[in-house]
Amino acid sequence: MSANFYYGVEVFLNGLMTGVMYSLVALGFVLIFKASGIFNYAQGVMALFAALTLVGFQNGQIPFAHLINAIFGTDLHHFGWQMPTFLAIFFTLLVMILFAYIVEKYVLQHLVNQEPIILFMATIGLAYFMEGFGDLMWGSDVKKMDVGIPQGGNLWLEESTAFLGGEDFFGFYVDNLDIWAAIFAAILVTSLVMFSQYTKTGRALRAVADDHQAALSVGISLRTIWVIVWSISGFVALVAGIMWGSKSGVQFSLSLIALKALPVLMLGGFTSIPGAIIGGLIVGVGEKMFEFLIGAPFLGGATENWFAYMLALLFLVFRPQGLFGEKIIERV
Amino acid sequence: MNAVNSHITPDGRTIGAPIMEMKNITLRFGGVVAIKDISFDIKEGEIRAIIGPNGAGKSSMLNVINGFYHPQEGEVHFRGKKRKSLKPHQIAKQGIARTFQNIALFKGMSTLDNIMTGRLTHMKAGLLSQTLWWGNAQREEVENREVVEKVIDFLEIQTIRKTPVGRLPYGLQKRVELGRALAAEPKLLLLDEPMAGMNVEEKEDMSRFILDVNDEFGTTIALIEHDMGVVMDIADRVVVMDYGKKIGDGTPQEVRSNQNVIDAYLGVAHD
Repeated sequence: MSANFYYGVEVFLNGLMTGVMYSLVALGFVLIFKASGIFNYAQGVMALFAALTLVGFQNGQIPFAHLINAIFGTDLHHFGWQMPTFLAIFFTLLVMILFAYIVEKYVLQHLVNQEPIILFMATIGLAYFMEGFGDLMWGSDVKKMDVGIPQGGNLWLEESTAFLGGEDFFGFYVDNLDIWAAIFAAILVTSLVMFSQYTKTGRALRAVADDHQAALSVGISLRTIWVIVWSISGFVALVAGIMWGSKSGVQFSLSLIALKALPVLMLGGFTSIPGAIIGGLIVGVGEKMFEFLIGAPFLGGATENWFAYMLALLFLVFRPQGLFGEKIIERV
Repeated sequence: MNAVNSHITPDGRTIGAPIMEMKNITLRFGGVVAIKDISFDIKEGEIRAIIGPNGAGKSSMLNVINGFYHPQEGEVHFRGKKRKSLKPHQIAKQGIARTFQNIALFKGMSTLDNIMTGRLTHMKAGLLSQTLWWGNAQREEVENREVVEKVIDFLEIQTIRKTPVGRLPYGLQKRVELGRALAAEPKLLLLDEPMAGMNVEEKEDMSRFILDVNDEFGTTIALIEHDMGVVMDIADRVVVMDYGKKIGDGTPQEVRSNQNVIDAYLGVAHD
């Protein structure tokens, strides 16, 4: 086998890892869409906000410091302590749950029985509100995130595969962070699926996703369920925020990863959790392999920016419900 | 149970004091009056039918009872107490379960899961216990699963336990929906046209289940039905509605010989 072949395999592996990161974001979308039929445009910003809050807690940043300084002429920045990572994660989770409650109480509750497009517009407003709020609360500078996940190439994998390709090949390079992201994603998805299959609240979540009236008639409170769903996707956003934040720093462009989740959802179907995973993997592997095989040698590179959207476009034409989505059948 | 208020039917069932009383209910949608000043009661242990031509306001009445609609005027008394304006899920917790005219099942879920949702009001485990699948949550799942299995046996739907209900034929879906309502062990069971769209054989099955539910568990049932034959066979008392008004109330025999009812059903010449 030529070294080139092994480079191809390496690209494939890294594509899988990137795909996992996409899946993490897409998962948050699917959860909310399934339970309430809302396409939550704010999912990406939620990941950003969670990451900002986590770093803020860790570094003991004073919330709204800029605002306070501007009004009172003080010079506040930090409390002066470092919070342990697990405590910071716990408090961030509380903030995300509080956020879910506020969204339900002040936004969703007033939009019950409205058209999906109206709810969608509401989430766009929510996204911009949160982005501004996050800026105001924690400042807009790029922050470094370190929650103790090892980073850099996995040496063991490199050394144990170096013999494969001969002189020019030094083993597969896969980032440790990506491997951890894959492990966390696997645990997250497994526990989410178990929760929705085997607990009463999970059953209630699925019931609400299917039929609101029937859900009410068996004693399910829609409001409670919506708070739970938004809390869970806040949790997923936190995990995605940690992974993306550790990878590329906590910066406001993080909210744009939401746009990469769109093609993932079109491939996987908006209503399928396995679809979000497999869609993410296909997009990740697809864009890396396309760049490696066709983009770089023939098209001058940088195909990664548009490949996913082209793929989504093809799917929209030939299989609009995605790979795993529910088939849209109108009875006449 | 108060001996004065209860009596025994010829087939040996005990019918008690009113469990549900509707007093002067008026329901309007904008300018349209769906229900106009209707009063009636449902006694504990009886099968009460609500009949009437299309658009008479029968389903609206059921929706008032289970809280989907809130009447502008009148009072609802449940188990002797005046009921405040409650949300449907709160009313479900008080022990009122229902089925729908156009089946409202959770189509993506299995028969078992659908019927398990009927047990939600009986399950108390907290989120943490559920997340860890430990303690209360685990015990509850097992206990309630046993109740659900009894319901499944009772309705003879063992073979479709794991089938997603969206794939079941119409008649079986109706039966699963009844199962979901039964699993709640309701004090009052509301059935909105339980036999609509069924063939004769399915209707006979469904009638048998309704009678058995009432007989074996003593469940109070209020049902809407179009098929007069069925109503005459299974109901203890019948309310007849037409254009939102009550035009008859009594035993099937009384109602059948009521001139207003005959006019409403057969049409009458207006000079």
